[in-house]
Amino acid sequence: MTTVASPRHSIRFHGRSYHAMVLAPEPPLANWLSDLDAWLSRSPGFFFGRPVVLDLAVLQPGKQGVAELLQNLAERNIKVMGIEGAEPSWLDFAMPPLLLSGRQANSSPGDHPPAAVETPAPAPLSNSVSESAPDPVSEEAGASTADSAAIAVPQTRHPNSLLLDNPVRSGQCIVHPEGDVIVVGSVASGAEVIAGGSIHIYGTLRGRAIAGSRDSRARIFCRKLEAELLSIDGLYMVAEDMPAHLRGQPIQVWLDGDSMVMAQD
Amino acid sequence: MAKVLVVTSGKGGVGKTTSTAALGAALASSGKNVVLIDFDVGLRNLDLVMGAERRVVYDLINVVQGDAKLAQALIRDKRLPTLSLLPASQTRDKDALTDEGVSKVIGELKEKFDWVICDSPAGIERGATLAMRHADVAIVVTNPEVSSVRDSDRIIGLLDSKTERAEKGERVEKHLLLTRFDAVRAGRGEMLNVADVLEILSIPLLGIIPESSEVLRASNLGSPITLNNPASAAARAYFEAARRLNGEALDVIVPSDRKSLFGKIFGRRAA
Repeated sequence: MTTVASPRHSIRFHGRSYHAMVLAPEPPLANWLSDLDAWLSRSPGFFFGRPVVLDLAVLQPGKQGVAELLQNLAERNIKVMGIEGAEPSWLDFAMPPLLLSGRQANSSPGDHPPAAVETPAPAPLSNSVSESAPDPVSEEAGASTADSAAIAVPQTRHPNSLLLDNPVRSGQCIVHPEGDVIVVGSVASGAEVIAGGSIHIYGTLRGRAIAGSRDSRARIFCRKLEAELLSIDGLYMVAEDMPAHLRGQPIQVWLDGDSMVMAQD
Repeated sequence: MAKVLVVTSGKGGVGKTTSTAALGAALASSGKNVVLIDFDVGLRNLDLVMGAERRVVYDLINVVQGDAKLAQALIRDKRLPTLSLLPASQTRDKDALTDEGVSKVIGELKEKFDWVICDSPAGIERGATLAMRHADVAIVVTNPEVSSVRDSDRIIGLLDSKTERAEKGERVEKHLLLTRFDAVRAGRGEMLNVADVLEILSIPLLGIIPESSEVLRASNLGSPITLNNPASAAARAYFEAARRLNGEALDVIVPSDRKSLFGKIFGRRAA
């Protein structure tokens, strides 16, 4: 039987963000661990399937301390997916990676992805936890509530669009990874608008519009299509590929699976 | 209060220097004190267009570097006593211009003149950004063709971000001067028409200068068109643009260079 050679696709890399709970241990560590145990005894299975990031900025445990802390957490069936606020020298290759540029989910709205696309927890992580997380080790009940587990459940959607009152000029590049971009005016040839969400142009789009770097449901709207390039979630289309009858028309573009669809508005 | 005006375009050869000379002369002939500064260091031309090339002793670079006093470098026009020129250096390059030096020179000129007009070099490099840096008003010179329009758009973006006013959160007043416009060719679709250009650039129109061999002739004679042939269509368009700069509200008419029957019959003989 002959095999059909399928056309090779280039590898697409996506940015994706997840919500993780941040555990920030405080000195003295023994007290903190007993507080944690108290919390776990009341909420067994709380960490089941949840990605956890360890923030060591306060504790400053040093290389030896990190290894011990990870061991302590592993005994409580808490699997750490990444470490923040640590010196690179504290970590070895077997430890979770050092994370930078993490942002508080509740204090800065819109850092979380806008739509439901990204909300499911990463599959491999939840599997690995579910295999080894029958019930947490319970010790004596502590008095304090576990504030240390900063629980990120900001499911309300805050408006985080960028509104531009002026035309976007040639050579200018508008980058707004956190949400939609609305331009009241035109986007010139040689200009670029990049948005995490959708792009709305109330004028002529002559430059490039790159939407949905965080949302494959993002769309591009413009009053008049003269664009050089349109892109949603990594897929793109140059002027030559655009249907000729839609040039100069008000259009919207969205993704249907792995193809870009364009229609007159 | 003196106003600093930059004549800029991004693209070369669209008529910045010609327009600087013509507008400068038009403003000066209305009684204003006007100084023209050539920022095109290394490729100076404004002295030629103004017919002052034989009188250049010191230049902008000498003044910026403190080798000459401003009064020594200024060349007063022989035809219009209210018009002066600060020429560029032909032997140096643009790196000789410093921000502090330029702002000091412009500060001094603002005390003496009503209009300080900076003739920007083409491009978006040092010379062009320094020329626009202190501007209160900008004239963006554009030809009705796509490459010129796109470059102008880029320059407008820079005017909104790289000027002193933009950095203070104020706005530079921007005007479009459409040069080398040929109504017949625009009507045939061989050129962009006025509405296209205005739609793309979306800044107010200061004037439309018709394509005319008179302009080239005047430049070669070392005389701004507004002095050499004030009755020509191009010169009238520059005079009107100058009146708009002074705050008059005049309708911009698209020049069609309609000749009267008389002109058609006797035009050739008269010329």
